[in-house]
Amino acid sequence: MDISFVIEKFVLVAIIFGISLVIAMYSTYAERKVAAFLQDRLGPDRAGPFGILQPLADGLKMFMKEEIVPTHSNKWLFMVGPGLAMLTACIGTAVIPWGSPLTIGGKVIPLQVTDINVGVLYIFGVVSLSVYGVMIGGWASNNKYSLLSAIRAASQNISYEVAMGLSIIALLLVTNTMSLKEIVEMQHGWHWNVLYQPLGFLLFIICAFAETNRAPFDLPECETELIGGYHTEYSSMKLGFYLFAEYINMFVSSAVMATLYFGGYNYPGMDWVLIQVGPVAAPLIGTAVLFAKIFVFIFFFMWVRWTIPRFRYDQLMHLGWKVLIPLAIANVIITGIVIAIVEKF
Amino acid sequence: MEPLTSKKKVLIQKPLNLAERMYLPAITKGLGITISHFFKKEATIRYPEVQREMSINWRGMHSLKRDEDGKERCTACGLCALSCPAEAITMIAAERKPEEKDLYREEKYAAVYEINMLRCIFCGLCEEACPKEAIYLDGPIVPSDYLRKDFIYGKDKLVEQPLEKK
Repeated sequence: MDISFVIEKFVLVAIIFGISLVIAMYSTYAERKVAAFLQDRLGPDRAGPFGILQPLADGLKMFMKEEIVPTHSNKWLFMVGPGLAMLTACIGTAVIPWGSPLTIGGKVIPLQVTDINVGVLYIFGVVSLSVYGVMIGGWASNNKYSLLSAIRAASQNISYEVAMGLSIIALLLVTNTMSLKEIVEMQHGWHWNVLYQPLGFLLFIICAFAETNRAPFDLPECETELIGGYHTEYSSMKLGFYLFAEYINMFVSSAVMATLYFGGYNYPGMDWVLIQVGPVAAPLIGTAVLFAKIFVFIFFFMWVRWTIPRFRYDQLMHLGWKVLIPLAIANVIITGIVIAIVEKF
Repeated sequence: MEPLTSKKKVLIQKPLNLAERMYLPAITKGLGITISHFFKKEATIRYPEVQREMSINWRGMHSLKRDEDGKERCTACGLCALSCPAEAITMIAAERKPEEKDLYREEKYAAVYEINMLRCIFCGLCEEACPKEAIYLDGPIVPSDYLRKDFIYGKDKLVEQPLEKK
């Protein structure tokens, strides 16, 4: 392993980490703005032009606030909880291919931190770990409502993980690989997986909403039923970390959806563009396209949040186990049959 | 029970059909409704910078008027205090001295004139009762404050600015 490889990966990790933090930061601002516009309001507009300094002000406020650790809480776990939520949210970006390999001075730099051949499984592993942050936070607070909320979150995440995994199996049948890089390359140009797996995508996006704890599945933070949810006892930046982790999760799951189903950095007419602008600029255009897709998904997350009311808990479980899982299984079977027929003829 | 009106609406609760149970058509419809608001003009007014335009019969803070020569119109007759249903107005009358002739229009004037803005219900009866056209509720919204005593407005806050200052 030569030193340039280490530097290259280090720079890439730093850039991706920075980008995901900035996007998460500005998602909070975008969330408020989108909510405002959908409700005929203005949203934050005091801090800086159009209020674009609002996230900085919010962050400063979070840091300045008094930090309260409940007396009877498990102090160590209480501190680990938000950190774990943040950590699991941040490491998901490692396997996402951000663009086709960049060629600078005869050196090929892949715009992906690591191309492991079980990329999809890695994403799933990381996403299922994210429930630990919530669970530990709820448990360590020594507050029964927080604990109830954490249990809710855990059972919700587990329930929807099953349907999500099943919907992904159908996709893997189509792509025949688990490496995210290969999945993206397969979708070159117009061959986006959403065209082959529309039902699978629908199931996946519903499960993604549940996994990121976004409305209409934001039951872990029901303020009417559970005071504030699993983060009731948290204050200052610890609470900030939990809220922040949710936005990073949203960014990561948007990126995963764009990669798995919407062709990642591929866009129609990219071969023509490659000839026009050369091998250095073309991958960057691809990256821009990927980010455009991600932003569309993030907007969609917010749009849905301000449209659909929250599910009741039994409805949520009903939807997860009795609707999504059978549909996902049916999708797997149909996909298998179609692939068998296509290969035969 | 005897119905209060002749209007009657029969509620029918029939089981949801398949399209309704799938939720998705309803969700897309809802998404359409919310996104249509994205393109509507916001109803918000940027308050401190932009003040809302009040209707013509808006009743705001009171002001005690002066006449054309800059003399105070109020003669402390007490009709406004009498007409006030909330009993928010109190006043002490005094007789003007010869050297104060250009300050007050008539021989009697209000030495102290106080309105308790916490009691006032902005009904406008004082305005109607005044025979001298001295009090009008044409001011802005009464500003907020921290102490109850600061809501008792004396002549310093109520009387119009003198003519030359305008």
